[in-house]
Amino acid sequence: MIRVLTGFWSKVILSALMVLGVSSGLLAVDHTKGTLVLGTEAVLRHFNGAVQSGSATALPSTQIFASPLRFDENWNPQPYLAESWEFSEDGLTLTLKLVQKAIFHDGKPVTSADVAFTIKTIKENHPFQTMLEAVASVDTPDDHTAVIHLSKPHPAILLAMCPGLMPILPKHVYDTGENIKEHPANLKPIGSGPFKLTEFVAGEYFVLEKFDGFFIEGRPLLDKIVVRILPDTNAQILSLENGELDGIPMINDVRAVQRLEKNADLIVTNDGFEGIGAINWLAFNTKKPPLDNVKVRQAIAWAVDRKFIIDKLMLGKVEPSYAPISPGSPLSTTEVEHYDLDLDKANALLDEAGFPKKENGERFALQVDYEPEAEFLQHNVAEYLRSQLKKIGIAVTVRSSADFPAWANRVSNYDFDLTMDTVYNWGDPVIGVGRTYVSTNIRPGIMWSNTQSYANPKVDELLNKAAVEMDPKKRKDLYLEFQKIVVDEVPIFFINVVPYFGVYRKGLENIPTTIWGPLSPLDQVHWAGE
Amino acid sequence: MAVPLNRAKAPAPTLPPARGEGAGGRKGLASLAKAAGFRLFNSVALLLAVVVLNFILIHSAPGDPAEVIAGEMGGSTPEIMAEIRARYGLDQPLPKQIFIYVKSVASGDLGYSYFFNQPVSGLILRRVPPTVLLMVFSLTLAALVGVTLGVISSARPNSPLSHLVTAFSLAGYASPVFWTGLILMLIFGRFWPIFPINGMFDVVGGHKGLAYALDVLRHMALPSLTLILLNAAQFSRLARASMLENLSMDYIRTARAKGLSETRVFLGHALRNALMPIVTMAGLQFGPLLAGAVVVETVFGWPGLGRLVFDSILRRDYPVLLGILLISATMVIVANLLTDILYRVIDPRVGVGRGGPAQ
Repeated sequence: MIRVLTGFWSKVILSALMVLGVSSGLLAVDHTKGTLVLGTEAVLRHFNGAVQSGSATALPSTQIFASPLRFDENWNPQPYLAESWEFSEDGLTLTLKLVQKAIFHDGKPVTSADVAFTIKTIKENHPFQTMLEAVASVDTPDDHTAVIHLSKPHPAILLAMCPGLMPILPKHVYDTGENIKEHPANLKPIGSGPFKLTEFVAGEYFVLEKFDGFFIEGRPLLDKIVVRILPDTNAQILSLENGELDGIPMINDVRAVQRLEKNADLIVTNDGFEGIGAINWLAFNTKKPPLDNVKVRQAIAWAVDRKFIIDKLMLGKVEPSYAPISPGSPLSTTEVEHYDLDLDKANALLDEAGFPKKENGERFALQVDYEPEAEFLQHNVAEYLRSQLKKIGIAVTVRSSADFPAWANRVSNYDFDLTMDTVYNWGDPVIGVGRTYVSTNIRPGIMWSNTQSYANPKVDELLNKAAVEMDPKKRKDLYLEFQKIVVDEVPIFFINVVPYFGVYRKGLENIPTTIWGPLSPLDQVHWAGE
Repeated sequence: MAVPLNRAKAPAPTLPPARGEGAGGRKGLASLAKAAGFRLFNSVALLLAVVVLNFILIHSAPGDPAEVIAGEMGGSTPEIMAEIRARYGLDQPLPKQIFIYVKSVASGDLGYSYFFNQPVSGLILRRVPPTVLLMVFSLTLAALVGVTLGVISSARPNSPLSHLVTAFSLAGYASPVFWTGLILMLIFGRFWPIFPINGMFDVVGGHKGLAYALDVLRHMALPSLTLILLNAAQFSRLARASMLENLSMDYIRTARAKGLSETRVFLGHALRNALMPIVTMAGLQFGPLLAGAVVVETVFGWPGLGRLVFDSILRRDYPVLLGILLISATMVIVANLLTDILYRVIDPRVGVGRGGPAQ
């Protein structure tokens, strides 16, 4: 009887192996023939980067849509749809001259009317309201000239014209009177970028194919980009190792990166993330006692060993961050207090603040929150704070949240003492920095507004001045002063730059390393020898 | 064909009814229809309860989808948050939201995904076939492998082979499904890369026809193996116990006394009767398998309902989540209903209104 059964199964297994063996050979695909297969965890809602920020949308949006400008590795604007641009002397007018032969994927020409329509759309719908707040109107004297009138000087406007933030939409497609956030074209986008969307399965994958009518001759160099959305990091990494993927454009799991760096077939780079400028930090609820006392906040800053967090918890693979503006930015500084570990100073400050140690060695208790799913960057640090702050008599409990909305709900409604958080600069302080500190942005229920409830009129004044200062040197000085004040008053203790890496298969040339990295057109990327 | 043996003394073994008897007769059919109707009514009530309870549970959690959408955007404004909430009716009182939802579900409209801006029914329908394929394939193979192992080990209960099967069963049953998945992925994705570890088909290859079918089969190898290892273990334990019980029955001794071959005694008599609880379990396994699919589909990037449910929970995409819960509850209820009906058909002793052994 056993022989009967085992005989049956051995035949079944043998046949299955034969079928699979033959099919493996038949179905093998050479990914390097003009095709790039990327993996990402980010699930996009749609492709319209004019009304939806975030890297999930920006990755495809920057391939499908072209923008007025693009940027190099050194933050210099480069011509893209605009072949030239010029500010008026008073800084209140910016004139763009568009290239003549740019067309959309449907063959219609790109005109200044499209630029004007896009700017209006972004101003009305984009979550980064400060980005184009200064734009009063856009004139279109001819099809290839757009004159942007500003209500006040706006030095950040050039950066706001990058591919990730200003995808030029075709007016003839979008101006139909429908709600642009739910416009059908958001899922079937028509742009003028180097690649056009040919296939999209929500939450699974999308396929971008070379647009033959792209206005830069001889580009793009790749025929096809396939982006697969893979929710599991381990699966992504194994897929890269076994050749199912050619690259992971954005990964911040440093343990995985450490492993991938040892793989001789892969290139790992941390260039190309200066633009997004993500900082990992510890935020304080500055309105809640005892954290309303600046000495208490400073004491905590002196007690946290940033070096230990970076070297041990983050395996030495991240850069430290000391101030609000991310180290990759030309406006950043390190000329601020670093708060290098000093427990004596921390204890003295707490004594001064009127919180002496009780008999049990405790001064007071605090709760620290962290963003769920950010195990490595935030949860580990939160757990570390528990033991570290005990040394200065602060009893810390770590509170977890079930999911992102639960955490965001607590933090944005000021139901927290301390929270770990990761916030993006988005290129210019006007776009991504001011929002955290300016007192007019204390808005309950809004995540990544000034949830610290930090208010200092001097800081407001400096931020407002810097936002309209066209002279780069003066602007940098204003931001330097702002950063010094914020670091001294510690509404936030800055810990590290979020360690983003791009990992690609060797043989891929011109991998994206400009300030916007993979969130910029991949029109020059190609396989060696192709 | 097995010869009915020892009919008068058959409390445990069950035998196929003779033509015209039991469930096969007209009276049987009528009672079967009545039972099915009663079950159908119960099922609809159950589904309504599932919808309302899930709705309340999901909405009780702090935070809402507007925060997820704002989170995806890296920032927001009060106007945008208010607009999102108004657009999706999240600013309405909960009872009103429930009423509107139940009404639209009753009319066949599962709503609109907050996250994807697409109709929920379309999102779900596209994911039902991959999940059903993975589940049916895995369940069938798990039952076949498990029963085979159970029968083999019951033939010589104290042999090393039997102990090996027992050890395999315990290991398979005890291993968390995500761990098994990751280990298989490591073995067959990295050390011996013969199977793809992600997705359902090669997006780049663009295979058609037979090549596509083979491609799907290759992609299904690891996720289905993960589910098979877990479920085969349970089937083998059950089959072994059931076989040992049947093998100690008088009718087996009679069969042997008649001079039938061991193979015939095992497969034609003992196994036939031992299959009853296994069929029941196969039906009941549908629910746990669907739950297991959430993990397996997420680990292997299988584009099914399980992965969509996982993503939708994280995104608070209520309409998608409620839609999937409704569909999966329907699938489980239908599977149990079918098992129950099948049981009544197979076993004439299961009377109408008494409920099947499955309950």
